[in-house]
Amino acid sequence: MAERRLPPHRLVLIAIVGLGVTMMVLQMRWDWLLDYRDAILGGLWLTLVLLVTTSVAGFLLAIPLGLVQATGPRPLAWLARCFCTLIRGTPLLLQIWLLYYGLGSLFPYLPGVRGSWLWPYLTEAWPYAFVALTLSFAGYEGEVMRGGFAGVPRGELEAARSLGMHPLTILRRIWLPRAVQRVLPTLNGELIIQLKATPLVATIAAVDTYAVFGRIRQETYLVYEPLLLMALIYLILAGLITLAFGALERSWSRRAAGD
Amino acid sequence: MNYRDMSMAELLALAPPGWGGVLLDGLWLSLQVAGGGYLLGLLIGMAGAAGKLSGGPVIRDLLACYTTVIRAVPELVLILLLYFAVPEALNQLLVMVGQGEVEIGPFAAGIAVIALVQGAYATEVMRGAIRAIPDGQIEAAYSLGMSAAKTFRRITLPAMLPGALPGLSNLWLIATKDTALLAVVGFTELTLAARQAAGATKHHLLFLCAAGVLYLLVSLISNLVFKALERRATRGMSHG
Repeated sequence: MAERRLPPHRLVLIAIVGLGVTMMVLQMRWDWLLDYRDAILGGLWLTLVLLVTTSVAGFLLAIPLGLVQATGPRPLAWLARCFCTLIRGTPLLLQIWLLYYGLGSLFPYLPGVRGSWLWPYLTEAWPYAFVALTLSFAGYEGEVMRGGFAGVPRGELEAARSLGMHPLTILRRIWLPRAVQRVLPTLNGELIIQLKATPLVATIAAVDTYAVFGRIRQETYLVYEPLLLMALIYLILAGLITLAFGALERSWSRRAAGD
Repeated sequence: MNYRDMSMAELLALAPPGWGGVLLDGLWLSLQVAGGGYLLGLLIGMAGAAGKLSGGPVIRDLLACYTTVIRAVPELVLILLLYFAVPEALNQLLVMVGQGEVEIGPFAAGIAVIALVQGAYATEVMRGAIRAIPDGQIEAAYSLGMSAAKTFRRITLPAMLPGALPGLSNLWLIATKDTALLAVVGFTELTLAARQAAGATKHHLLFLCAAGVLYLLVSLISNLVFKALERRATRGMSHG
């Protein structure tokens, strides 16, 4: 790509932003960074793990949800639609609390749960966070996948059927890849929304990036510095997601063009 | 208070031993914040779209920064920034120029956060909808001698509505759900009200589910309203 010259007004804007950042670095207090380095890295790790695992699991759930709505038998399609409406119609914070405080308060009374291998997990916060974020991603993405499946041209599926392909083979080789390709541009936005949803798990005592910075704020009494750094971290993560998707989409469209 | 032996109807009753009234108060607060934030967000979105489409290069760059940053930073972080950092900075500034301190309550901060977030998304929705209007219609309006304001009110606004409504209805639903985040700064909107009721009575599942039903009703009714609006805005167009 040819190097483009920056227009002068942009240079000025960059200079102003650069000046602001330098002032922040020099004028504000950052000595706490060293003390909390490990805690921040730990929180960042949980944020990333939650983001990746819940998105993958949620997407895997979204495929049957979308497929059933696009083609499945009536009752199943209805159930899937109800699930998506339920997830999309209520706030994620409420869903997380419903799982953690609501269901979590029932588990101890169920016979046999206390002694089972599940118990150690049920007393921790992250399994609830994982389930809530996964279901949420599945609910939103299920709706998108329905559109993706429905949007694949009929002719392609009819061609596959006329060649005698097994319905499952059609799904695996034609329908699913084409549908995923169609929803790929929206996945970028959905992933960023999912990233922005992860701080909610801090309200049920899972220690992610947001929770770590909450602790720093309480212990150092600093107003601006931790909040600004936290905002910057999320900004960078969102930027990385967008960059990764740009690369992914380019390689996909190259493959689709038969390169 | 012995909540243990109360029936569901008694627990959800509107009068004090029941917590139904608290939930409804929470819902009313949620709707107020969502409505205020949404309307303010629409204004920001309108100004933002106008700036992005016909502003100078500096305004366009600044607006691009605004929409990018707001859409990338979690709402929860924005709420903390607006609730704790901005009032602090404002007061320092006010003290410097010799004015008294002001206090930003959770209600105002909530509306401001939702308006800022909604504004960023609404800017993109409206920009897309305005760009989809054929240039000829706007040029025709100018050639008839209409002023810019009149053209906007009589031509651009009605012509962009069909394109913008689906996005705007989605934004309203996001606004109602985003109000739940104000629970983290101690604002007793519906979600926190449900949490308090659940904590006091130890009937966690019941109250959190009740709040869920209320949210669901809001979104289902809003869907119906926006569907009707959409039908009205697109009347006379072919429904594919």
